[in-house]
Amino acid sequence: MKVGVIVFPGSNCDRDMYHVLTDVFKLDAEYFWHEKGLPKNIDAVILPGGFSYGDRLRSGAIAAHSPIISDVRKMAEKGIPILGVCNGFQILVEAGLLPGALLKNTSLNFMCKWTNLIVENNNTPFTNKLKLHQQIPIPIANGEGRYYVDNETLKKLKKKNQIVFRYSEVVNGSTDRIAGVCNEDGNVVGMMPHPERATESEINPIDNKPSSLIFESLIKTIGVKN
Amino acid sequence: MSLEPQELDELTSKIGRKPTSTELQIVAAEWSEHCSYKSSKKHLKMLPMKGPLVISEKGYDSGVLDVGDGYVITAHIESHNHPSAVEPYGGAATGVGGVIRDILSAGTRPIALFDGLRFGNIEKDLQARWLFKNAVTGIADYGNCLGIPTIGGEVEFDECYSNYALVDVAAIGFGKKKNLIKNHAKKGDLVVLLGGSTGRDGIGGSQFASDSLESENRSAVQIPDPFIEKLIIEAILEARNQNLIHAMKDLGGGGLSCAVSETADALSIGIEMDVDKVHTRESDMSPDEIMVSESQERMLIVTNNDKFKKLQEICKKFRITCSVIGHVTFDNMMHVKKGKKTCANLPTDVVANATLLDRPSKKPAYLESIEKERKLKPISDYSKMMMKFISSPNIASKIWVYGQYDHEVGIRTVVKPGQDASVLRLDNGKFLAAKIDGNPKHCYINPREGAIGCFEEACRNVVCTGAKPIGMLDHLQFGNPENPEIFWTFLESLKGLSDFAKYFEIPCVGGKVSLYNETPSGPIKPTPIIGILGLIDTTPLQTQKINTGDCLVIIGETKNEMGGSEYFEYIHKFIGGKCPVVNFQESKNNMNVVLDLIKKDLLKTVHDCSKGGIAVAVSELCMTHEIGCTVSLDKVPGPKLDVDRILFSESHSRYLLVLKKENLDKVETYLKKSKASYKMIGVFGGENILFNQERKSVIDLRVDKAQKTWFNSLRELVVHG
Repeated sequence: MKVGVIVFPGSNCDRDMYHVLTDVFKLDAEYFWHEKGLPKNIDAVILPGGFSYGDRLRSGAIAAHSPIISDVRKMAEKGIPILGVCNGFQILVEAGLLPGALLKNTSLNFMCKWTNLIVENNNTPFTNKLKLHQQIPIPIANGEGRYYVDNETLKKLKKKNQIVFRYSEVVNGSTDRIAGVCNEDGNVVGMMPHPERATESEINPIDNKPSSLIFESLIKTIGVKN
Repeated sequence: MSLEPQELDELTSKIGRKPTSTELQIVAAEWSEHCSYKSSKKHLKMLPMKGPLVISEKGYDSGVLDVGDGYVITAHIESHNHPSAVEPYGGAATGVGGVIRDILSAGTRPIALFDGLRFGNIEKDLQARWLFKNAVTGIADYGNCLGIPTIGGEVEFDECYSNYALVDVAAIGFGKKKNLIKNHAKKGDLVVLLGGSTGRDGIGGSQFASDSLESENRSAVQIPDPFIEKLIIEAILEARNQNLIHAMKDLGGGGLSCAVSETADALSIGIEMDVDKVHTRESDMSPDEIMVSESQERMLIVTNNDKFKKLQEICKKFRITCSVIGHVTFDNMMHVKKGKKTCANLPTDVVANATLLDRPSKKPAYLESIEKERKLKPISDYSKMMMKFISSPNIASKIWVYGQYDHEVGIRTVVKPGQDASVLRLDNGKFLAAKIDGNPKHCYINPREGAIGCFEEACRNVVCTGAKPIGMLDHLQFGNPENPEIFWTFLESLKGLSDFAKYFEIPCVGGKVSLYNETPSGPIKPTPIIGILGLIDTTPLQTQKINTGDCLVIIGETKNEMGGSEYFEYIHKFIGGKCPVVNFQESKNNMNVVLDLIKKDLLKTVHDCSKGGIAVAVSELCMTHEIGCTVSLDKVPGPKLDVDRILFSESHSRYLLVLKKENLDKVETYLKKSKASYKMIGVFGGENILFNQERKSVIDLRVDKAQKTWFNSLRELVVHG
């Protein structure tokens, strides 16, 4: 059982994610440079946060055309769990694997703060151990984190249960306070907040258990004994 | 932007001929104050630089401390004042970039950034506001993109910085001791330039920084590209892991001129290089321009032929350029060619070692009368005054600033910004606490005592987390050193810092001197900035929530030391009086007492008492924890003083301890045995911050109202005016 962590030029949460997967949750994880292909024996893929290509053009826009994305796309179609965090979410959106767009925060500033998520869909590979409407204390850190969809898409997202996380408060002007979404099949999830920054009690001043359940959900999904 | 006539004569006599134009450019850059430290170097030796944890290696731009178990931390501090005063976004951003490359040069990964920002009066001065806003964005955009958390700093506003800016950046690195780059070179080794292309930006930057700022020379400001810097960091750490680097130096002030001459001088080698081999941004650059360009995101690496091939592969992976620009010789000459033509051929020790100066100093005339106090207008309503005070730019919460910096990336940040000092976890289970502090208002009134105060305050902040100070960084920022009065203030500050460092056995592991900080209306106030690194072997003090009934104990005496206080300067618009003086013995004793009590696990939180005095320090605790507190000012230890002096004196060596009532006996029993002055002065609870004297209310603020003002006022001012 292996989790692939994709590294783009400018990724900067790849090492944090790898640490959490391997040291905290004892998963077998491997880095994959964006120009390489993904081997067939990968059971889950994570696109970590950062500033791929320095956010040039738009955040995630260039990385979405990396060679590795075609493999990610194939795996998405096969139903393999894929998680994009922060810039990883932006890349999945730019690649068309998730709906919507991520715009500049209403404050027009980069924002780094702790907030609360509410679980809206606990039927994804990354949320199946969480309770519906459970709160997750978690940090955000982004400049272009305002999730946007038009009304029609929003209706569709609601109908197909694609809204995975909402913020408990208005944080950055996201449509319907959306913090994370999934594809129609539910196996591709994107979220702006950073679960890898919240799973260890040493660095989480509030409660590290809810964020840990995101990774424990993955472990349950891909069938590794913890 | 050239050598002084006597310097030109000196150069001519040292090399025995008339220098070429390229030689003049190279030497002018390297002999500039910024690169050569010619005014300060003789005196900096008074600082203690050795200690049991200090690792010294030749050619390092950063200090190295052994934190045990095979790990080291590196630290450095820099400023980018002149560039930031002209182009705050690019100036501040490239300041971050430069200090990070100093950390990288030692072979360590940068893990944290701090920044100290100083501007004019942003309440009145729109330019100061513009500078502030853009410097913050510049730092945020650069550090965030690199994924290096900015975990602390300070922001201060004072009219002495009008039309100017002080942007100080400190960086911390972490790595394995065995991975440190041991700078060395063998004959025939290649000299490689890695990273961004060399362009016309930042030409003459170091001379620009060594003059008073008279013209807005924007082309002397470098252009930031954090994306390339990020690629360089990863490429170099990969090369380090494969042991491909013999020696390394960052290109900063003075560009290639300084990097090449200093590397050659430090390693006692010669370097022959060809400017045609340098990858440039523009095709028609002259050798002179190439040698002094300060284009960013470049590193100079010495390696051999075989290792270079592997280095090239790494660079290919990250799509960054690396060019062999020359090779190592053993004639101790810096030989710069363009193709076959020699442009410069100079002994490296001549280039790298400007003649050091012994500048005259004289006590400034203004100091004769500065300690005299003026009769001040009495305050009729302290509660009203206090609301104005907590919304003032210097006292207000800096959340608008640090909220724009990613302070979590790297998942090391245990104690987050907004507290006394930030704390990072290290891979060996230990913790590193760090803080930078400055206080130009105190330093103006007494350069020696003010500088010592900055040092002690930074130590206090680190001690509040349970850490023992193990190393110091100093950044000495003053006006034109050719003015004997200014040079006197520099020497006084330096002497004070040396005395404190020696008494406390805290080695100076890195530093920087920035002179010629002059604004159109005169020199800046003396502004030494002190960074303190503290180590915690077990666990840091993790602040616990304050509840009703918890006790407030103060350690240290509140004295009649109002000079340079925020209260005098912001409320009364008065600059003068006696500034706080640190009693070394009392300071050491109080530090040990606080560290002991934290170790005994008797405290919920500790807060340093500094800017704005007890009134502000207690309010900060209340506003952060959203709880009221009733304080009896009669109980505050120290000489009998008027109520405003008890509230707002900025005496040093004071700590506010918060503890559960059930621990009060144990704490008091311990404190009775120690020599520290202490008193329980308050109890937490309720919704109001109350300061009473003789049972009469002096200040009464609602916590929620105060908190809202404190959190939002800086943002309101910057965003909405």
